[in-house]
Amino acid sequence: MSENRIDRAFARLKAQGRKGLIPFLAAGDPSLEVTGALVREFEARGADLVEIGVPFSDPLADGVVNQRAYQRALAAGASLGRVLDLVASIRRHSEIPLVLMSYVNPIHRFGLERFPAAAKEAGVDGLILSDCPPEEMDGFLDVLGRAGVHPILLVAPTSPPRRISLISARSGGYIYYVSLRGVTGPRDQLPPDLTEGIRRVRALTERPLAVGFGISTPTQAAAVAELADAVIVGSAIVARVEASLGRPDLVTQAGNFLENLRTAVG
Amino acid sequence: MPPSVKPTSVDRIASRLPDPLGHFGPYGGRYVPETLMAALEALDQAYEAARQDPAFQEEVAHILRQYVGRPTPLYLARRLSERLRGPRIYLKREDLCHTGAHKINNTVGQILLARRMGKGRVIAETGAGQHGVATATVAALLGLTCEVYMGTEDMRRQALNVVRMRLLGAKVTGVDSGSRTLKDAINEAMRDWVTNVETTHYVLGSVLGAHPYPRMVRDFQAIIGQEARRQILEAEGRLPDCLIACVGGGSNAMGLFHAFLDDPDVRMIGVEAGGLGIASGQHAARFAERTVGILHGTRSYVLQDADGQIRITHSISAGLDYSGVGPEHSYYHDRGRIEYTSVTDAEALQGFRLLCETEGIIPALEAAHAAAYLATVAPRLGSGQCVILNLSGRGDKDVEVAARALRVPMGGEA
Repeated sequence: MSENRIDRAFARLKAQGRKGLIPFLAAGDPSLEVTGALVREFEARGADLVEIGVPFSDPLADGVVNQRAYQRALAAGASLGRVLDLVASIRRHSEIPLVLMSYVNPIHRFGLERFPAAAKEAGVDGLILSDCPPEEMDGFLDVLGRAGVHPILLVAPTSPPRRISLISARSGGYIYYVSLRGVTGPRDQLPPDLTEGIRRVRALTERPLAVGFGISTPTQAAAVAELADAVIVGSAIVARVEASLGRPDLVTQAGNFLENLRTAVG
Repeated sequence: MPPSVKPTSVDRIASRLPDPLGHFGPYGGRYVPETLMAALEALDQAYEAARQDPAFQEEVAHILRQYVGRPTPLYLARRLSERLRGPRIYLKREDLCHTGAHKINNTVGQILLARRMGKGRVIAETGAGQHGVATATVAALLGLTCEVYMGTEDMRRQALNVVRMRLLGAKVTGVDSGSRTLKDAINEAMRDWVTNVETTHYVLGSVLGAHPYPRMVRDFQAIIGQEARRQILEAEGRLPDCLIACVGGGSNAMGLFHAFLDDPDVRMIGVEAGGLGIASGQHAARFAERTVGILHGTRSYVLQDADGQIRITHSISAGLDYSGVGPEHSYYHDRGRIEYTSVTDAEALQGFRLLCETEGIIPALEAAHAAAYLATVAPRLGSGQCVILNLSGRGDKDVEVAARALRVPMGGEA
């Protein structure tokens, strides 16, 4: 059994015949303290893994909900270094798998040599970079993986079979299947070609498949759970946080939504 | 290339850089969402095929000749040369291109390519509006639908170009995030492209972005230097001593410089926007701060803070007001082949005035940066030397900004 918490979580889900629920949070929105409280709340309400977005000034793969959240987080002083501190503080009392999601530049600026050990030390289990196909960062992804932090790569509906195989070979933990052509953000409906897209990826990889982008409601999450190993819900949660800004029950409200998703995913 | 242009040393360099994945040494590459990777690979292959297809090259050359008005003159600026008491100064008159700037050299090539790829829609970002106008123009010419993303701050200061784009049938979409300038317009254009990638071609306007854009845009703009090289040999019987161009993303500079890169005696100077001065932090001089990063799909020099957040830039010139720079510029910067310097907003305005008063040419504020630096360096160059300044665009779009800054009366004011 791998020592990585992500692998243990997916092994457990498989053994229990359950599907995973992966919420996403923009770290530092509205503060890192609240993000820490949300992670604890989500764990208590049934999340299997949490993706933590490291704010970036120019998030070109994100829609307006996450853009606004990152702006609030940056205005409140969030940075990669402080997000690593947050992860370390969560680790003092939690073993939930934690995956950082960001763009290349903040990691590059922090130091590609420095990051893998620092992330491992803090208790990070995986890293997703929205603007980095495997070709560009081969060496870094290797070092990252050897440090015990899984590089989690994205597959898109536009990825040809050759790229799906390449990405599968370079990935650790799970593969992040981007459900749609577009940026993150809530959508009214699931894309019509989602079933076919997931089938295409399944045929080329043995890795667990988590599906994200645009999954906004418990009904949609339940439908995706039929097809995937795990369901990622991001902007819909960030939007709940935004709607509760300044209210004392922010964490509880977001937790209630998470629990509705949990019930739907099973 | 048009049949009239003889192969020059540029072909030797073009075959070397970038590498097949778009790297100029440690710079360049492809840092984009996975959704775009297949489209970039398809674009690369389509461009490679088109580049080697004489019919495509002749189509580009025909439009450049008959519609854009190429070749543009290489004009000996006698009064400017006398005023600066230095070398003979030649102006490469890209301001005389249809639409008023060099940007159309690239949009002709890319939109012909888009049509060849069966894309019915093009999108573009624009800063000063010149690239947006050039995209809207060629889209109208070839019958494609066009949407242009522009920061709302830039829409305010380049209002004339917004109207031009709309008259040409383009949809202009304001971008209200970040600094509301070019950087944010590129973010929004990329978001559109990720969403509509199968039907849409993204006409990127500078030597920026993910491979193949820096190489493709450079190739389409390299005609500036190919013509200038032939023209200066005709006029002077020798190569120039120095080339000067402004550098925002860097397409007009790379367009002029590229044909001379293998000529070691030709000095090349790129002029960045110094804004309110380097010490103020309010500028767009990427090579003054020397931090490397990844922005908009490419690895290059990038203005950023200690946490890797992209810094908001400042320049009086919307076309230079950008945090990144083309990766090929970073490569030649490190090799010392191209020198980079900057001038402030105030100096650029003096350059603007200088060209107006000595040559009867109202330059774009972008090109006025190059003129301003020329004014400082010319007296140090001998009178036997000759210099080519890339006059990348005309200044009609900047008249209001310049009038305010230079306190020129508008209308009935005295």
